Amino acid sequence: MPAKKPTKTSGIKDLVIRVCVGTGGLAAGSQEVIDEFGRQLKSYGIKADILKKCVNKTGCRGFCAKDVLVDVILNGKSETYQLITPENVARIVEEHILKGEPVKEWLVGPEYHAFHDKQTKILLKECGHIDPEDINAYINIGGYEAVRKIFPLETFEVIEEVRASGLRGRGGAGFLTGLKWDLCSKAEGKPKYIICNADEGDPGAFMDRSVIEGNPHSVIEGMIIGGYAIGANYGYVYIRAEYPLAIHRLKIAIADARKKGFIGKNILKSGFDFDIKIKEGAGAFICGEETALIASIEGKRGMPKAKPPFPAYKGLWGKPTVINNVETLANLPSIITKGAKWFASIGTEKSKGTKVFALTGKIKNTGLIEVPMGISLKEIIYDIGGGCERNRKFKAVQTGGPSGGCIPASHIDMPVDYESLMGAGSMMGSGGMVVMDDTTCMVDMAKFFLTFTQNESCGKCTPCRIGTKRMLEILTRITEGKGKEGDIELLLELGNDIKLSSLCGLGMSAPNPVLSTIKFFRDEYEAHIKEGVCPATVCKALRRYTVSAELCKMCGKCFKACPSAAVTWEKKQPAVIDKTKCIKCGACYEACPFSAIL
Amino acid sequence: MNEKKCLAILDSYREHGGNIISLLQEIQESFGYIPEDVVFWFSKRLNIPASNFFGVATFYAQFYLKPRGKNIITACCGTACHVKGSAPIINKIREELKLPQGETTTKDGKYTVESVACVGACSIAPVFIGNKKVFGKMSMEKAAEMLKEIDKGKGK
Ligand SMILES: Cc1cc2nc3c(=O)[nH]c(=O)nc-3n(C[C@H](O)[C@H](O)[C@H](O)COP(=O)(O)O)c2cc1C
Ligand code: FES
Repeated sequence: MPAKKPTKTSGIKDLVIRVCVGTGGLAAGSQEVIDEFGRQLKSYGIKADILKKCVNKTGCRGFCAKDVLVDVILNGKSETYQLITPENVARIVEEHILKGEPVKEWLVGPEYHAFHDKQTKILLKECGHIDPEDINAYINIGGYEAVRKIFPLETFEVIEEVRASGLRGRGGAGFLTGLKWDLCSKAEGKPKYIICNADEGDPGAFMDRSVIEGNPHSVIEGMIIGGYAIGANYGYVYIRAEYPLAIHRLKIAIADARKKGFIGKNILKSGFDFDIKIKEGAGAFICGEETALIASIEGKRGMPKAKPPFPAYKGLWGKPTVINNVETLANLPSIITKGAKWFASIGTEKSKGTKVFALTGKIKNTGLIEVPMGISLKEIIYDIGGGCERNRKFKAVQTGGPSGGCIPASHIDMPVDYESLMGAGSMMGSGGMVVMDDTTCMVDMAKFFLTFTQNESCGKCTPCRIGTKRMLEILTRITEGKGKEGDIELLLELGNDIKLSSLCGLGMSAPNPVLSTIKFFRDEYEAHIKEGVCPATVCKALRRYTVSAELCKMCGKCFKACPSAAVTWEKKQPAVIDKTKCIKCGACYEACPFSAIL
Repeated sequence: MNEKKCLAILDSYREHGGNIISLLQEIQESFGYIPEDVVFWFSKRLNIPASNFFGVATFYAQFYLKPRGKNIITACCGTACHVKGSAPIINKIREELKLPQGETTTKDGKYTVESVACVGACSIAPVFIGNKKVFGKMSMEKAAEMLKEIDKGKGK
C-alpha cells in the first residue's frame, strides 16, 4: 500500500507498542486501539515488518482503572499512556512516534507510579510485558530454566527447597506447599496426579485469571516442577468456563510447551514424562474445594467428602493427588531459580513471599496488585489504591470472599498476612479485596454473601444446607425492616453452630461474613432492627422517600413513575410523597433525574 | 428429537471415553440446551439411569434444561459488581425486556437474562456481557445503549 502521508520515518530505529489485552483491557476497547495503531502506522508507510512485531499484545499489568494503557517504546525510551481510545491514536503517532514529542496530557500521572511503587512483583513481573501467546518470550526471560535445574536433583531435594522457602498455599487455607508435597510423594499408590486449581470461585477476584492470561507458562512450569517432585506424570488444570480467554491462552501454552519438549515423554532427556490436560468447570463454587473438584473431574456431581482421607493419600480416582492453586504454582519457577533463601527473605516470619490481590470496589485505583506479605492495609488502601472514590469515607475492606469477613477502618494498621487476617475474623482467601465506603450497608453485604453461599451449598450436610437458609431468612427480614429483638443473638448462635458442624470448608466458613460484620458493625444491625433505619440508605424497604424541595425541579417524573398514587404533583410545584400510600418500591427514586428524592 | 445429532455425540463419547459431564457438555453444545427426550435416549443406550444425568445437569450452573433466548445478557453478580450497584441495573434491564419474576427468558425467545458470580473483570465493575461482548463500568444509560446495540445486531 502506498504511503498516503509521506513523512520522514527514518528517525524510528526501534519501535515497540504494548497494549494490554487482558479481559479488562479488551472490555475497555484495547483491540480497537491495536487496530487503529496498525492502520495509522501503515498509512505513514512504516514498514510492515516493524508493524508485525511492534504492536505487542500483553496480559494485564494491573492498573485496570486506567485502561486502555499503552506503552510506546521509541528507540529504547518508554512512555506510558492511560485511558487511550482509538480516537487518540492518530495524535500519538503523529507527535510522539514521528516527531518524538510525547503527548504530555495523556501520559500516566503520579497515581500510576504510586500504584506501582509499593508493590513487589514476582508473579506479575512479566504480566503486561511479555506476549503470553509466545513461548519464546517466556524462554527469553529465563523461562523453563527451573525445569532444567530440577532434573539433576533428587525429588526430595526439590521438595526440601520448596519447604525451606516457606511457601504456603495461595488458594485459601495457607497450607505449607512443601509439606503437602512431601506427604503425597510418600503416599502409596500409582499413578499420582497434580491438579492446578483455577476454579477461582471467589466472586470479586481475578488474580488467577490474570496470571494465566498474562503468563500461562509460569503456571505450566510450576506444574512440571510439582509433578516431578511428587512423582506424578499427569496434571490437570481445572479452570472456570467463565474464563474463555484464559483457557484459550492456556491451550496455546500447553501446545507450545509440548512442541518444545517441556512436556511430553522423556522431558529434556531426563526420563521424566509429564502431560497436562485442561478440564473446564461446569459452574459451581463448591468445585473449588479440593474433594469436590476431584469428584467433578471424575464426571460426578461436585460433592465434597469428609477429610481424612486427604487427597494427598486418596485423591483423583482414589490415587495420591496434590492440588495447588494457580498462584502457588506460579511462584515455583522463581523459587527454584532464585533459591529458597531469596523467597524466604520476602514477607513476615510465617507468611513468606508476596500475595496478589484484586483490589476492587469503591476505591480509586482498582486493579491487580502484588505486595509483600505483612504490608499494612493502610498502605494498600491509601498508597496503592489512592483512597476511596470521590474521597468518600473508607469504611471496611472485605477479604477472603464468601468465606472471609469485613475488616473495619479501625484496623487499618493491621499487617496483611495469614494469621492477622484470621485473627480479625476474616481470611486471606484467594485474594479478593473489595473496598467499601460509607454508602455500603454492612447488613446488605452479609446478606449478599449468604445468598451466594446458600445458593452454592451442595446440600450434602444439614447444617450448611438448612442453617444458611435460616440465617439468610433472618438477614432478609432485617433488611426489610421486619427484624426482631433477639435476631442478632440468633444469628450468632446459628453461625457458630454451622461453623462447628459442617462437613466441608464451604459451610465451615459460610457464616464468617455475618459474624464479622456483627462483630464490627453491630450498631448497623441494631439501627435496622430497632430504629428501622438503614444508615447507608441501601436497604430499599427502610428508605423513607421524601422530596427535597430545594433540589426538586418540578419535572413530574416521579409522579408518573409512582405505581401507587403516593406522589402528588402539579406543574410548577415540587412533588410531595404521601407516606401512608408509599409502598417503598423506589420507582420515584430511580425516575428522578436530579437526585431530589432522599 | 434429532437422532442423527445424538448418534454423532454417542460415537465421539465411545471413541474418546468420557463421563456424564463431558457428555452433557456435548449435548448442550449441539442442542443449545439439554432436552429431556435426548437424556432418555442416551440413558437407554448407555444403560445409565436418567436420574444420574439430571443429577449432574441440575448441580452445575452451566447446564440448561430449557431452551435459551437468541440474545444472551449475562449480568455479573459478584461482590465488586454488587458493591458498585449492579442490582438496580439488572432490575431495569429485566423490566425493559418485560421479564416476569422467576423467568430468565422472554416469552418470544429473543432474550435471556442470567447472572453469574464474577466474570473476573472486577476492576471495571459493574460488568455485563451482551452476546459475548463485555461491557464495563455499566450505568443505567449504558445499559439502555447495550440493549439497543443487541437489538440492532439481532438479524445476524
Ligand atoms: C468452598 C471452597 C472453595 C474453594 N475455592 C477455591 C478456589 O476457587 N481456588 C483455589 O485455589 N482454592 C479454593 N479452595 C481451596 C482448595 O480446597 C484447596 O485448599 C486449594 O486449592 C489448595 O491449594 P493451595 O495449597 O495451593 O492453596 C476452596 C475451598 C473451599 C472450602
Ligand atoms: S464482581 Fe463482577 S466482574 Fe468480578
